[in-house]
Amino acid sequence: MGSIYRTLARGTLRDIALACLAVWFIGLSYGAIAVASGFPLWFPAAQSVLVLAGASEFLFVGIVAAGGNPLAAAAAGLLVNARHVPYGLALPDITGRGWRRLLGSHVMNDESVVFALSQEDLPRKRAAYWACGLGVLLCWPAGAVLGALIGSVIGNTGAFGLDAMFPAVILALIMPALRDRVTLRAALAGAAIALAAAPFLPPGLPVLLALAALLTLPRQRPAK
Amino acid sequence: MKDPTLVVAGMLTLSAGTFAFRFSGPMLRQRVAFPPWAERLLEAAAVVLLAALVATTALTEGHGFAGLARPAGVLVGGVLAWRKAPFLVVVLAAAAVTAVLRLLGVP
Repeated sequence: MGSIYRTLARGTLRDIALACLAVWFIGLSYGAIAVASGFPLWFPAAQSVLVLAGASEFLFVGIVAAGGNPLAAAAAGLLVNARHVPYGLALPDITGRGWRRLLGSHVMNDESVVFALSQEDLPRKRAAYWACGLGVLLCWPAGAVLGALIGSVIGNTGAFGLDAMFPAVILALIMPALRDRVTLRAALAGAAIALAAAPFLPPGLPVLLALAALLTLPRQRPAK
Repeated sequence: MKDPTLVVAGMLTLSAGTFAFRFSGPMLRQRVAFPPWAERLLEAAAVVLLAALVATTALTEGHGFAGLARPAGVLVGGVLAWRKAPFLVVVLAAAAVTAVLRLLGVP
């Protein structure tokens, strides 16, 4: 794992650090919201390590705090997290084997996947994936615990525009892929599908429906 | 928390299921050889998912519209990224534009 530093360009490492800092900020608001909703400190701490998927954790805490059944909240969270299946399929042999595959699967998230996709070759993809994945594994729980501790001190994180950081991080990192016209068309169609579905469907499902946009890609027959 | 046991059971269900999702992709890729066209399709699928995630997190909050400030910030970030501005500039500009708009009273 020490090879991460030798493999990645310094600029890439700095970008990963910034993405992790953004995750840390969002973790602060997550911890604060969880405690304000009546959860004990250990709950966001445990959930941030064990689930390690921000949107589903916010959703779980929100549903349970509103009096919903925790198992129904888990089902809603799983719907949000189902996108990790196609993520794993898109990344060839990124995790390694044995314990690395276990830990490597656990640190799969939007950020680590998008950094891996943005790199040119397999060694760099792997290094970026692991650097970002482990960084998020540290920053997300660290933010959640600190947020839970200082709670109400944080107040309104929206005032700092922090909610714009996550979509901006992902958008900046898929931009090189979007310069390909065919991919851009599919991505725009997918975004339109997700937006059209968002008012009506539970969270998570609109993003999965976006995969229908792959039908806009030109048919490719297997090479004979 | 009303019923701690049930809440913890829910949390463990969510973690176990999420891990199963994360584990299944790499496991399948290591066992099954995909032809190159399928690999390209799977990579495009990840980009489409991420683009849809950008659109929904930028524009929506729950089932409604997120307001103007956040999508405006993300749009500025997107334009900067398109013009190949450094990542740091893109992300901080998105947050700054959103924050300034809110300061000015834009929702």
